[in-house]
Amino acid sequence: MMKRSLILALSLAVISGALFAGGGQSSSAASSGAKASAEFVVGNGTEIQSIDPSQIEGVPEARVNMALFEGLATYNPKTNKAEPGVAESWTISADGSVLTFKIRPNLVWSDGTPINAQTFVDSWLYHLNPTTGSEYAYMPGMVIKGADLYNTQGGKPSDVAIRAVNPTTFEVTLVGNVPYAIDMMAHYAFNPLPVHVIQKYGADWIKKENFVSNGPFVLQEWIPNDHLTVIPNDKYWNKANVHLSKITFLPIEDTNTAYQAYKNGEIDWSTNIPLAIIDQLKLEKDYHVQTQLGSYFYYINMSHPILKDVRIRKALSMSFDRQELIDRVIKGGQVPAFALAPPIGDYKPATGTGYDLAAAKRLLAEAGYPDGRGLPTFQIIYNTLDAHKVIAEYLQQVWKNNLGVNVTLQNLEWATFLDERKTSRMELGRAGWIADYADAQNFLDLIVTGGGNNDGHYSNPQYDALIRRASAMPGGTARDQILHQAEEIAITQDQVVIPIYYYVSQNIINLDKWDGWYTNPQDSHPWVGIKRK
Amino acid sequence: MGRFVLRRLISIIPTMFIIVTVSFFMMRAAPGGPFSREKEVPPAVLENLLRKYHMDESLPRQYLRFLGDVVRGDLGPSFKNKDFTVNQLIGQSLPNSLILGLTSLTIALVLGVLFGIISAIKQNSVLDYTTMSIAVTGISVPMFVAGPVLMLIFAVWLKWLPTQGWITGRQGIKTLILPAVTLSMPYFAYIARLSRASILEALRSDYVRTARAKGLSMPVIMVKHVLKGALLPVVSYLGPACAGIVTGSVVVESIFVVPGLGTFFVRSALNRDYTLIMGTVIVYSLILVLMNFVVDIIYGFLDPRISYR
Repeated sequence: MMKRSLILALSLAVISGALFAGGGQSSSAASSGAKASAEFVVGNGTEIQSIDPSQIEGVPEARVNMALFEGLATYNPKTNKAEPGVAESWTISADGSVLTFKIRPNLVWSDGTPINAQTFVDSWLYHLNPTTGSEYAYMPGMVIKGADLYNTQGGKPSDVAIRAVNPTTFEVTLVGNVPYAIDMMAHYAFNPLPVHVIQKYGADWIKKENFVSNGPFVLQEWIPNDHLTVIPNDKYWNKANVHLSKITFLPIEDTNTAYQAYKNGEIDWSTNIPLAIIDQLKLEKDYHVQTQLGSYFYYINMSHPILKDVRIRKALSMSFDRQELIDRVIKGGQVPAFALAPPIGDYKPATGTGYDLAAAKRLLAEAGYPDGRGLPTFQIIYNTLDAHKVIAEYLQQVWKNNLGVNVTLQNLEWATFLDERKTSRMELGRAGWIADYADAQNFLDLIVTGGGNNDGHYSNPQYDALIRRASAMPGGTARDQILHQAEEIAITQDQVVIPIYYYVSQNIINLDKWDGWYTNPQDSHPWVGIKRK
Repeated sequence: MGRFVLRRLISIIPTMFIIVTVSFFMMRAAPGGPFSREKEVPPAVLENLLRKYHMDESLPRQYLRFLGDVVRGDLGPSFKNKDFTVNQLIGQSLPNSLILGLTSLTIALVLGVLFGIISAIKQNSVLDYTTMSIAVTGISVPMFVAGPVLMLIFAVWLKWLPTQGWITGRQGIKTLILPAVTLSMPYFAYIARLSRASILEALRSDYVRTARAKGLSMPVIMVKHVLKGALLPVVSYLGPACAGIVTGSVVVESIFVVPGLGTFFVRSALNRDYTLIMGTVIVYSLILVLMNFVVDIIYGFLDPRISYR
């Protein structure tokens, strides 16, 4: 009896196993059938925080936003320079301070409501309204006259120098001659918003049943932590160039899962690269790497009793070979950095301090610590990520071997790390900065006196004056030279940070299968034009 | 019995109150906050954000406001998942965690008891060593290793199952298999070892010897005499196991991209999403205390020595 029961149970197990296995095969076939259409599945890294352009921040959100909304300008997929979006053209006044956009006629939201110049006035004022709590409102605040006054200093909406001249003409007065203003306006902080829907539904405008957009796609479904899908917007002006029938965004955080899902054909584009198999990945043709406008560096606490000695800071920076760190430790093809800002257009970064071990040892001895003798132990803080950990471990080892400097490492989770890095307790802290817009000043603003991101507490009036001067200059060689001069002071002379490398974007996508997707310096990939080959 | 149930139910209220209070103040003591950013938020914008979420009020006032909202069943807006309230996020994700957890628990229970029985009956045989070796493997291999290995074998190599996703997606019910099996592994192993030990103990007892002497067949002895008593430790383990399996699926949810509550739990803590942290703590605590309560009741049915007074 017992044996019979056991046999029965085992038989059931075998049968159910066979059923599951069979089901798997049929479903795989179904999924490959679905892929024959132009559906596109993205491993988007993480769950997005919002689809409201006034509330978003971060790259995963930007990818979804680019499907749902379009601003006056949009990004060229190859160069990332601004090109016409909702505005078909624009003109710049002779002194560079007034932008006039010509908005395409007969544009509508996905619910059929017209889009015109007044839409942008209403939308930008909504973005800038302090009660909206938009964390990226600082971007319009930087370039539009009166925008910062309204957003952060108790000004009025009428202070913001934007106006609808007529339904198809939108005029923006800038704070001066801002050379990067047009490129900046492709950013989601300048998106239009369906203010008519917001007024009707309030905070619920973002619900699927109320949601309205003007981009190439409209929201189909969003189940948090599961998937978000968008389908083509049949009211989009450029719908002839929208080739995908659906985009599914999957919040895959685990890099290994993302890679396996890609290998298994479940996703078409993975933005999450597992560091552990980077050597193997580099051999695959679907792996695409591109230098990015971003810097990885270490903040140095400039008020620390010992680190305030520039000789110590320079010794630390000069005592390790960045190329070796990249080749042997992080392996992603990053570019060694000796300055804070990467080369952007014609801008030439500061010379900085390169690998020169003899000079590093000499500087340390001159500072009174030959071979590191007598030097207290420093601490590096970094947030939880494998790459940050291995870089900190490499520096710990190299500084010990090359200079006799002892360093301890402290791994902190993100919020604690940020909190700690902003305190005067921090000694050395990892940092990274990806450009919001293609201009060196976006990086150099990080270390101006009293700046919110100046976590090393650097202060040099000469540097601040040069940065202020560059802010008011038109783009071009003269301005680039002023910025370069400022960076030479901060980096080559003062060594306020330890530059380590310039970021690269790393993506996995089969470009034999997909057309219209290009690597570019800001790793930004508009959905219009992407199609199956 | 009725009074016992009522008394136990009422005792849940102070337990929950203490958990909520301690969690609330511990959470606020952690460094950082929901608006910690690498790119500093302008002070005026920060002020507005603080006002929007009532964070500009004093801590005791915020606590009282939170308690009042909880009593009304409103857990507030999420700080990070800005388009959803905490109620909506929990309402959408908890059923997924429950489906995954209960499927895993069923697998663990059925296979665990089955392996335990086989192992006990065939004690010290090859079958016994094999089943217990599998059980030991289940206990010793962590889920973050077992999950990717199973994914590699069954999804990438054999192409039988998807690597990730959930039953609401394109791949349907198949997506449940790998996470459920991974999650059940340590529980299956523990149940197998627990039931083997209890069954062996029961088989050596006087009442089983008497039953054998009476000429009862082995299956009858197993079902009528051995299992009822021997499964008591397993039943008492089911409460914490059920709570653990539902609440402890964070790693599995992350590996297999399951839209469950565990992912929100971890992310809310890392993001300092205060309202979502409290919401998930309340739900998990409730599951834990309710499971213990249910086990107490079931235990009484199985063991006549226990009386509800």
